[in-house]
Amino acid sequence: MAAPMPEDSARKHVGKKNKKKPSKRYWEESENTDQRPEEEQNKDVQNQNEETVKETSLKSKKDESAPLEKKDPFPGEAPIPKERLQKFKRGEKRRAPAGARRTLKETIVFSESVSALAQKQAARYDLLLPEDAGFLEGDEDEDTCTISQDDIADAVDITSGSKYFNLHLSQFGPYRLDYSRNGRHLLLGGKKGHVACIDWQSKDLMCEMNVMETVNDVKWLHTEAMFAVAQNRWLYIYDSKGVELHCVKKFNDVLKMQFLPYHFLLATASATGFLQYLDVSVGKEIAAICTKMGRLDVMAQNPYNAVIHLGHPNGTVSLWSPNQKEPLVKMLCHRGAVRSLTVDKTGMYMVTSGLDRKLKVYDIRAFKPLHSCFLPAGASCLSLSQRGLLSATTGDIVQVYQNVCGSSPLSKPYMAHRLRGQVCGVAYCPFEDVLGIGHGQGFTSMIVPGAGEPNFDALDTNPYRSSKQRQEWEVKALLEKVQPELIGLDPGQLGKVDQASFEQRHKERVEALGFDPLAKEKFKPRKKKKGRSSAGAVEKRKKKVAHEDQRDIIRQSIQEKMEKKKELKEKFKEKKDLGMKTTLDRFKK
Amino acid sequence: MAKSSSLQKTALSKAVKVTSAMADEEEELPIDEQAISASEDEEGSDDERKHNKLLEAISSMGGRKRKKQNERSEASVQVSEFFVNAEGTGDKVNLSDLLGTAEKTPGTSNKTKKQLRNLQNSKETLELPLNKQETEKIQRGIAYEKTATDVSCWKNIIQQNRKAEQMVFPLHQEPLGPKRMEQVVAGWKIQTPLEQEIFRLLHNNSQPVVDPILTPVEEASLKAMSLEEAKVRRAELQKARALQSYYEAKANREKKIKSKKYRKFKKKARVKEFLKQFEEMAKTDPQSALDELKKMEMSRMEERMSLKHQNRGKWAKSKAIMAKYDDSARKAMQEQLQMNKDLTQKIVVLSDDEHESKDEELDTVPDFVNDPEPIIDPVNPWMKGQLTREEPEVSCVTPEVSCVTPEVSCVTPEDAETAAEENEEEELIREFERKRKRRQAEEEGSTPMEEKEHTSEVVGEDVVDISDNEENDDKEEEEEEEENDDKEEEEEDVSEFNTLFKLMRSEKTQEGQEDGEGLLDEGPIRVRNIEDLEVLGEVLEPQPNVAPSLPQTAVVEATSAPTNKKNREIKLNEVLTKEAKVINVPFLPTVVEEEHDEQISIIKEAFAGDDVISDFIKDKRKQEAAGRPKVVDLTLPGWGEWGGVGLKPSRWKRRRFRVRMAPPPPRQDQKLPDVIISEKRNASLAPHQVSQLPFPFQNTAQFESCIRTPIGQTWNTQSVVKKMTTPKVVTTMGAIIEPMVKEDFIKNKTTTPAAKGPTLMFGDGKGRRSTKRPSEKNQGRSQKRKK
Repeated sequence: MAAPMPEDSARKHVGKKNKKKPSKRYWEESENTDQRPEEEQNKDVQNQNEETVKETSLKSKKDESAPLEKKDPFPGEAPIPKERLQKFKRGEKRRAPAGARRTLKETIVFSESVSALAQKQAARYDLLLPEDAGFLEGDEDEDTCTISQDDIADAVDITSGSKYFNLHLSQFGPYRLDYSRNGRHLLLGGKKGHVACIDWQSKDLMCEMNVMETVNDVKWLHTEAMFAVAQNRWLYIYDSKGVELHCVKKFNDVLKMQFLPYHFLLATASATGFLQYLDVSVGKEIAAICTKMGRLDVMAQNPYNAVIHLGHPNGTVSLWSPNQKEPLVKMLCHRGAVRSLTVDKTGMYMVTSGLDRKLKVYDIRAFKPLHSCFLPAGASCLSLSQRGLLSATTGDIVQVYQNVCGSSPLSKPYMAHRLRGQVCGVAYCPFEDVLGIGHGQGFTSMIVPGAGEPNFDALDTNPYRSSKQRQEWEVKALLEKVQPELIGLDPGQLGKVDQASFEQRHKERVEALGFDPLAKEKFKPRKKKKGRSSAGAVEKRKKKVAHEDQRDIIRQSIQEKMEKKKELKEKFKEKKDLGMKTTLDRFKK
Repeated sequence: MAKSSSLQKTALSKAVKVTSAMADEEEELPIDEQAISASEDEEGSDDERKHNKLLEAISSMGGRKRKKQNERSEASVQVSEFFVNAEGTGDKVNLSDLLGTAEKTPGTSNKTKKQLRNLQNSKETLELPLNKQETEKIQRGIAYEKTATDVSCWKNIIQQNRKAEQMVFPLHQEPLGPKRMEQVVAGWKIQTPLEQEIFRLLHNNSQPVVDPILTPVEEASLKAMSLEEAKVRRAELQKARALQSYYEAKANREKKIKSKKYRKFKKKARVKEFLKQFEEMAKTDPQSALDELKKMEMSRMEERMSLKHQNRGKWAKSKAIMAKYDDSARKAMQEQLQMNKDLTQKIVVLSDDEHESKDEELDTVPDFVNDPEPIIDPVNPWMKGQLTREEPEVSCVTPEVSCVTPEVSCVTPEDAETAAEENEEEELIREFERKRKRRQAEEEGSTPMEEKEHTSEVVGEDVVDISDNEENDDKEEEEEEEENDDKEEEEEDVSEFNTLFKLMRSEKTQEGQEDGEGLLDEGPIRVRNIEDLEVLGEVLEPQPNVAPSLPQTAVVEATSAPTNKKNREIKLNEVLTKEAKVINVPFLPTVVEEEHDEQISIIKEAFAGDDVISDFIKDKRKQEAAGRPKVVDLTLPGWGEWGGVGLKPSRWKRRRFRVRMAPPPPRQDQKLPDVIISEKRNASLAPHQVSQLPFPFQNTAQFESCIRTPIGQTWNTQSVVKKMTTPKVVTTMGAIIEPMVKEDFIKNKTTTPAAKGPTLMFGDGKGRRSTKRPSEKNQGRSQKRKK
């Protein structure tokens, strides 16, 4: 290896010449040594009258043969593929209108140039994401869904193979699960009170306990240091060692939870029909919304705009933000109750399954169904992976579908796996090709090639971060916390100009403040001494002021009226001048 | 204009006054004489005075003002010219009075006379000077214009600064880093005459006054090199260094290679190279070519003397034994013999005939003189005779030589016959040679220009040849270029073959000239020789090139044909459009749960009651209704009609006082039957939003597009963030920011071309300026303040 290195580099530097004249062996000395100076040659060539194409090519070749005068074969910046540029495009380009003033033109030109630069740079830095997603490919005449997990685990490398494992926990009933945001830690919650958190890759048990109560749901908070457990009555928060940090009694009968990582909000859906938001960073309840939709046991979050999706027994799915007491959107998805729903990472697609045993894919930008298909036994749990693989569980079977959000309808599963007990919860592990399944007999980690995002943003979610890095990140994340007021259907709303009228805004302001800041203060007569503040006198004074005010108003109105009249008169005059003649005009002198 | 005209007028009027004064004097003179005469008889003077007074009084009574006469205060006996008083100075003098004298005086020019005449003729009265207000107004206007132009020179710089993305204050920062001693110390002055002398000398020769400072020339050269140039130069140097190191490494590596094959290749290449070089040399530098030839001859001699390659060694003997049975051994032996033959073969001397031709030029020199000259071994004087004798054998190889050889051959026998004369002749020859060499040296010394011309001619011819050659080459190369890169090796082989072929061909042509063809070619060559003898050496060169061009091209075609074939074999579309097998995998429903008809029916039963869809539609209607504005009824019962219990206001009245509100904008979910989208405004977001359009923007779309790209680090690369968040104004801590002075930008303007380029600042001039400037400025300012 060492020997050819300088040779290669030499080639690079001499580069073009060697390429152009392949007949030369590298050990042969260059011809240039005994050639006449090139300028002279060129001159001679120019002197000749024959200007054939060949000659020109010869000339150019000679030009290139000079090592120092050689031109850059790829001048300018490296080109960026259009698709990649498209990926980082933010909005449409805008040109300054023709008649705009100079300052406007300058600002627009500058901002456009900067955004173009930003886009280009981002596209260029996309090069730093070198990893590709994996995939499963069967032999000829072999369906990928027939490949068993054992086969896959045998075929792949040891570390990947170790990601397929079963935890036999038959005692404490069907398990709910949650992966931490960087995919490193796993939280398990058995229906009968068993709660455990594991560093699942090293199989390192962080804590394990029984809360001696029914556990409805478990959820990691912003880091792996804290998690929330929805127990029979209240919501509890534990740390990673299993120490109870809080018992939040404002949150009762919680059935499902979702954590919004950028807002530090824990959204809970309770059996009483309440949707509540808990700000984890300050420990305050942000909003409590009575949905009036009955028991809420189907819940999902849209990672794109932090809107909570709730599924209801009447077949509707409603979208909620903490800022509005009524649903942002309510859509009828199923004839029967909604059993499960999930939203993809980009926030474009929602997949729902209902009691009518249908699986529907919705485009939630347009709120239109993309396609629906009929599953023989319906799907009880749904989960979408980072790369858009859909896992649907029917009873004790987990099926994984590919290209769910594409234009083609679902045809056949990509993978399938049978488990021992009824499936209670599924979740894809972020940044791993792993699907975690919680079921009646414990937990199964299943290998699903191509499920996880291969490239992670280490500043956002770093699976390999140290505790120090985690602390740093925590501080940073808290500083960059997004306020809950900004949650809405369109996350770009903040960048738009508020076009509401002044009155409306004023009204809102009054509502928000509870008083009118612009209202005129009521006259309060001053207390005077020596009997001048008697009731009659005070009343008199009040009247005086009131009269004065009224006079002002009247004066104003009169003035307005006069102006109006004047205007009318002028208009009339103009009309007359223009030649609106009446029959009587002829008698005028 | 007005001012100037008025000035002229005033000047004129002055002139008039002066002239009138002069006229007065002339007029007064007779009166004076009278007075003098009067004073002479003093007795009657009193009477006269009285008389005068009387006259005066009378005239004053007449109302007409008369000019009062100046009286002489002192009576004097002597009347001299010094006591002439300007009597009647106030009197008017007409121009006409002056003109007469003016014309008479010889000194006045015609021009002034003419002017005066014109003045006399012109009857116009002078215009009144403008009143004070008017003149002031005009002056103000002029002053305004002037100051406006003065001030407007700031306009550009101000605009530029406003436009600038970033301003760094103070505007002119002194260059960082240590300064030279001379720049800091400025107090030293030349004092002694010696010093003055020295410095004058230095100045005159434009030498640096203070020792380490550069000369103006050097400074200029430094300034001339801009940053880019410096960078380019540095890059070049770096590259050169890198290349050098690479070559060194390469050479080192190559030196260590032990492979025999490689060495063989290398040797071949060297030989080839040498041949080429030699050809070149034959054209350009025949003398050195001759030397080379001599060397080759030496090697030939050595070969002839030695027993090498004659199959007499140990190895050869063993091979000879094997040769009977082994083909390869036989071959090896033959090769050896061939090599011997090759080495001992007489070398064709191309440059010989050139020499001869030169000799032919010199008519004075006899032909036989040339004979012994060509191949002279300085080491072995004995070889001379031998070589000359061998000459005819060799000369028959080349046509030119052959044409000369008859003479030579006829001479050589003479030599043989007259052995006694030979010595004398040889001496003569030597003398001639010496002379000729001298002459040659002189020629070389004196007429380099001629030679140059020759060379240039030569070059011209050469280029033709080269182009011919390279046209062929080009063909090949073009073909090669068409071919894929992965075939480079083959092409290398082919081209190598071509070069080898060329070599062979050239050799062959040289050899082939022995044959009839060569003789046939003889004619034109000779003609050329005669035509231009000077370029004889080169004329030979094109011959082999032209002659074999046809076969060569044929060969090229032949070589190119197979490569093309190979190309055809690997065609992209043939390779890539292999049809992939479409595998039709039957759908395998791995998980098909048994359909429980019962279950379905149960579910249906369970949800029979609640019609989900109708509920939803109802809900939607309700929402729509809530969103619609209500009709406001403003009817007041009892107004204009009877009111009371059981009475309704009339229909007309109700219609009249019912206010219909404008319909709201269409709902978002108008076309989505199964969706209800809330129309409520997100009021909580409003305080975070921009509610009023900022200044330069005309509509919201412009503003929104301007802020669409986030500036945070989370969404951008570092460099972009930096660019986006550059502060508009940057100030250095502790630095005094002085207001801009006119000189700053005016100087900038003049020096912009220079100032743009060089960021490398070597010149002390700039530094000096910057050091001086602030003090100057301060002085200027203080002066202003004083004023």
